[in-house]
Amino acid sequence: MAASILHRASGVALTIGGLAILTWWLWAIANGPEAYATFTGAATHPLGTVVLVGLTWSFFQHLLTGIRHLIMDTGAIFELQINKTSAVLTFIAAVVLTALVWAYFLGVAK
Amino acid sequence: MSLGDSSTPIGKVRGLGSAHHGGEHWLTERVTSIALLLLGIWLIASLLLLPKLDQRTLIEWLHAPSGAIPMSLFVIVGFRHALDGIKVVIDDYVDNEGGRFAWNAAMLFLAVAGGAIALFALGRIAFGAVS
Repeated sequence: MAASILHRASGVALTIGGLAILTWWLWAIANGPEAYATFTGAATHPLGTVVLVGLTWSFFQHLLTGIRHLIMDTGAIFELQINKTSAVLTFIAAVVLTALVWAYFLGVAK
Repeated sequence: MSLGDSSTPIGKVRGLGSAHHGGEHWLTERVTSIALLLLGIWLIASLLLLPKLDQRTLIEWLHAPSGAIPMSLFVIVGFRHALDGIKVVIDDYVDNEGGRFAWNAAMLFLAVAGGAIALFALGRIAFGAVS
């Protein structure tokens, strides 16, 4: 239940926020130092970083619940206990992966 | 005897019913999801492995075929998968047919326009218009 709603919510976030930022990022890379500075200025602003961390989490949550749904499409893991356990595992793994990626980004301080 | 009368439910879903479609959207969404699983892992791994994330490094990365080709696939498949996914949400939550049509049409325009802008920018980098 929660996994299904989170899958949708993260998918919508990735569509609206993720693809818009991906497009802006590619555009900025292609359009000179000033355009890229505007992008990195927004990305390194605390608010921008919160958005990027949120999108990273959305990416991993959507990827993991997506794998779970693909497995469920085969007819597997509908038993109550493993269904619940696998859902909880996606929540934990998404948070851990997001934390690892950002620890690396902020630690290396590019 | 028409095919629709004798076909099984799975046959109808596979496009053998009178509408001749319906299953493709569901299947496309899953096939693109598998592609994005691989491309998404590639993107995250690439960003983590690049020595820096400054403009020069990113241009070098996306100028090489090893960067430009997977990125173009990520953009194309990403926008397609997003469009297919948003359609499911729209079809679930917009309760009148006109509204669903308008929303789906608007999302189609946005996705095609967004994809074109992203690919144009990537093309400029890949084909060396920027350095």
